[in-house]
Order: sequence, then structure tokens, then C-alpha cells
Amino acid sequence: MSVELKGKAIKLGDAISTDLIIPGRFAHLRSNLPELAKHALEDALPDFTARVMPGDFLVAGKNFGLGSSREHAPLVLKMSGIGVILAQSVARIFFRNAINQGIPVVLCDTGKIEDGDALNLDLAGGVVHNLTRGDDLPCSKLPPLMHAIFQEGGLIPYIQKYKEFVVEA
Amino acid sequence: MGKTLTEKILGAKAGAAAPGDVVVADLDLVFLQDTTGPLVVRQFRESGFTSVAKPDRAVLFFDHAAPSPNRQLSNDHVLLRQFAQETGSVAYRVGDGVCHQLVAENFASPGDIIVGSDSHTVTAGALGAFATGMGSSDIAVALALGKTWFRVPEAFLVNLEGDFPRGVSAKDLVLYLIGKLGADGATYKALEFTGSGLANVTMSQRLTIANMAVEAGAKVGLFPSDEVTREFLVSRGRGEKYQQISPDPDAHYERVISVNLGQLEPMVAFPHTVDNVYPVTAARGIKVQQVFLGTCTNGRLEDLAVASDILKGRQVYADTRLLVAPASREVLAQAMDMGYIQTLLGAGALILPPGCAACLGLHQGVLGDGEACLSTANRNFKGRMGNPEGLIFLASPATAASSAITGELTDPREMT
Repeated sequence: MSVELKGKAIKLGDAISTDLIIPGRFAHLRSNLPELAKHALEDALPDFTARVMPGDFLVAGKNFGLGSSREHAPLVLKMSGIGVILAQSVARIFFRNAINQGIPVVLCDTGKIEDGDALNLDLAGGVVHNLTRGDDLPCSKLPPLMHAIFQEGGLIPYIQKYKEFVVEA
Repeated sequence: MGKTLTEKILGAKAGAAAPGDVVVADLDLVFLQDTTGPLVVRQFRESGFTSVAKPDRAVLFFDHAAPSPNRQLSNDHVLLRQFAQETGSVAYRVGDGVCHQLVAENFASPGDIIVGSDSHTVTAGALGAFATGMGSSDIAVALALGKTWFRVPEAFLVNLEGDFPRGVSAKDLVLYLIGKLGADGATYKALEFTGSGLANVTMSQRLTIANMAVEAGAKVGLFPSDEVTREFLVSRGRGEKYQQISPDPDAHYERVISVNLGQLEPMVAFPHTVDNVYPVTAARGIKVQQVFLGTCTNGRLEDLAVASDILKGRQVYADTRLLVAPASREVLAQAMDMGYIQTLLGAGALILPPGCAACLGLHQGVLGDGEACLSTANRNFKGRMGNPEGLIFLASPATAASSAITGELTDPREMT
């Protein structure tokens, strides 16, 4: 899969928890995902669902996605249109969940990106191009198994295709 | 070079395992709970799976909405019960307790590898199990295959010496550690515990510590097995599951942290992050409208005993409500046998059903705007208890019980 990942930056601060991404008080909507997604980031960025455009990059600080294992967190971001998540660091379970949902999460110096900047991610090359500022920011690459899962569009399509985890010895 | 406990456990199930390796390991237990479970079921079905690999080691818990407060969550419960029936998986009942407590009581053993669709799955590390939380897709695949992949983590060693002073417990230790490490200080790492002080840390307290390893970002919070582990397993009728496991003396640890338990004091995490930690002496006088004693962190018999001791012959402050949720049905039954529930009730506490209760904002103790809660749970994120305008402070059962009496954050060392 070679998709051009291009969008504008929506900036967030440090320590955005899964409770801020999709609060537990909406747990009753978890079997009604379109309704649940209307509440994405409601307590952190109240205008998020109004301003997000398909393909936009969520640009966070440190420890993005800390907290609960709820896969609904990356899921509602994806349903809102987020195409890429950039952060300085990301919590472990969220990272795995986002890749399992087919959303690339890469680490870079997000302090050099401002809200609204036009961005382009070269995932294979490990570079985020900031088109607004003319910066090229080096970024992390996915480990091989996670890259393979991402390339299939997430864990479910991956497992439908391979039936098991293929790990090189 | 010697191996960490993490490398040993993963290596035993998946072949040689060094930090950074990606391994596929057989699983001893795969479980899910009622708020992440419905997505597990949907992902399982979408994958085309129809059966689970090990039905007697696939377990569903109904704890986050216990009992369900609304139609939607009730229907989620219906979906989960149907799935358990279809696949022959084990289903606990609403009211049996919090998943992590029930895993500790009934399943986890040294050397096990456990995954659950809940971040506090790390709790079982207290028993020497490599236990970690995952999302719904991973758990769906783990149910079907009976295995999953892991990146073998590097480890930090926490060396405990001495014994807790009066009024100080495991919760104060783990809050101190998280304050020191930061909420992302151990991200992707294993936190392993060792030291001569371990003999003074009961299984109940180990469960509290392992439970909160994830609040420093850790993948697992792992204890070696010892006499405390063996006695716990024997008391649970699982004595035959005991095996001695510990890291090699020359294992490599990325970082070593030493803590003298005797020098700890009661700690409090201020809103809205778990690493925003101060000694209770810096928090004195902050008024609380709600005190919540319970959860997978601190809802065990020992925790209720501590609170009952402090509240005996005293009353909860008039403008403060004390909510108590035992971590399991057995904890509740034992606390009744011991008279703790009667004492707490007599002091003005409200007893909630065994389950997650007020912890995550679904029901049973949602905060009002501007209200503050002192909770024995593991998270104080903005919005956690159902209202982004609420404030959550985290502390030990002793600090919680003391603060319930005065209506403000109180040093438990001043209460006896």
C-alpha cells in the first residue's frame, strides 16, 4: 500500500489520555460508533469534530494516548477523518491499537509544527515534510511486523490474509 | 549474560527472547471486560473466526457496568453472554467483582502469560505472571489463536528495602515511584521488583503496585515468586501452581531504582495526571465532597480492614460521602464476616456492589461540577469520573478513610 499521507496539523498538548480522546461517560455509545465518534476529543479540543478534515494529522506532545486499552480511542479519531498521528512519545497500548486500526503513528519533534501547518508523511523514508515551514523532520519508522499490519489496513485484514503472525526469525 | 524475569517468562513460552526481539507466545489466559468486550466480539466475528483456541482459558467479566445503568450497556452484556455461550468461554456474573481481582483470585500463577482487554491487566504481575493489556482487535485474535506477539521489553529494576512505617502502604510506594519516573518514564519497559523488603509486601499490596505499573507507561509490573506467592496460591487452592521464578543475579537492567520503604510517607496524586504526586502534608486541608474506596487498585480485604480500623467509632464528615466498592464478591463476604462492612456502614459509608463502581465515570458516583473526590483508584485524568469539571485526587485507603472523617485531605498518621 502506498498512499500519500497529506493533511493539515491539528495541535494538541502533552498527556492527552484516552479519557480525553473518548471519555468513559460515553461507554454506552460504544456499540453505536457513529454516535460515539461525535464526542471525540470533546473535553480536550471542543471544536475538533467541527474542524477536522479527512486526512488531517493529529499533532501531539508527550505520552499521547495514555490510559485505558479502549481501541475506541484510535477508532473514533479514524472515523473523524484523522489520517496520521504524530507525537513526541506515545503510550504503548494506544500505539498498538492505532496500528491495528490502520492509522500510522510516528514519533517526531512535534514542537516544530504549528496548528494548521500543511504536512506530508513519507512513512517508508521516515520523514515528515512541513510544507508550510519548509522543514523536513526525521521521524520513527514502524517495526517490521507492525508495518506489515499497517500495510494490510489493520490487524483484522492482516489476520484474514495471513491467518497467523508472521515473524522473521 | 543473565536474564531478567521478563526474558525468562517470555523465553520459556516463545523460545529465546532478548530485549527488542519480537516473539509469538502461547497464552495461559485471555480475558475481556464489558466495555471493551463488545468490540472484541465484533472484531472476532469480522475476522471470520468461529471458535476460541482455549475456551476454559478465555474469560469474560462484567465489572465496568455492574449492574448496567442503561439499555445500551445492557444490550452489550447480552452480546457478551451470547458470545460466551457460542464459544464455550467462561463468563463471570455481574457482582462477582473486578476482572483483575478475579484473575488474581482464580487464575494467575507464576510464569503465566496473560493478556486482557483492559490496561490494568498488569495487576497479575504481582503473582509472577507476565500480564499486559491490549485493545479489542488484539484480544479478538488472541482468543482465536491462543497466542499473540510481543516485543520483549527492556527492564527497570526496583529494589525495595525495609518495611512500611505506620500509616504508609503500597499505594504510597507506587505513587512515589510514578512521581519519580513520570507518567511516561517506563513506557514500553518492564518494571521488575526485588529486594529484601519484598518479604514485607503482602500479596494484596503487590497487586496494588503491579496494578499501577501501567501508570508509568510500563508494559508489565513483575514480582518474583516467593513464600508470599506460595501462601497466597495455597490459600486459593492453587498450591500446585507454585513455581519459584526469579531473574538471574547478573541480569541486565536498563535502570535500577532503590527505595527504602521505611522512609516513605503518605502520598497524593493531584489532578489531572497520576505523576502529579506530593506528600499528603502538602495537600492538607483540601476539601473533598466524595471519597471512593475500592477498585482493582485498593478494594481488597486488607484495604477495607485499614479503613474500618480508622473509621471505627467515628463518623464520615457530614458534607462528604464515602463510597465503598469491594473488589470482589469474596472480598465483600469476608469483609462482612470480619465486621468491616458493618463498621463502615455504621460510620456513614455507602456500600456499592463489587465491580469498578465510580472509577471510570459510567455510574455509581459521578462527580458534580467543581466537586473533588479522593479516590483509591489508579487514574485521575480529567473527565475520568464522568465529569470533566470534577477533580480527582489519588491516595491510599488509610488516607481516604482519614479524609472521609474530616472532609478534607488528611494525613492518616494523625488519626490514631
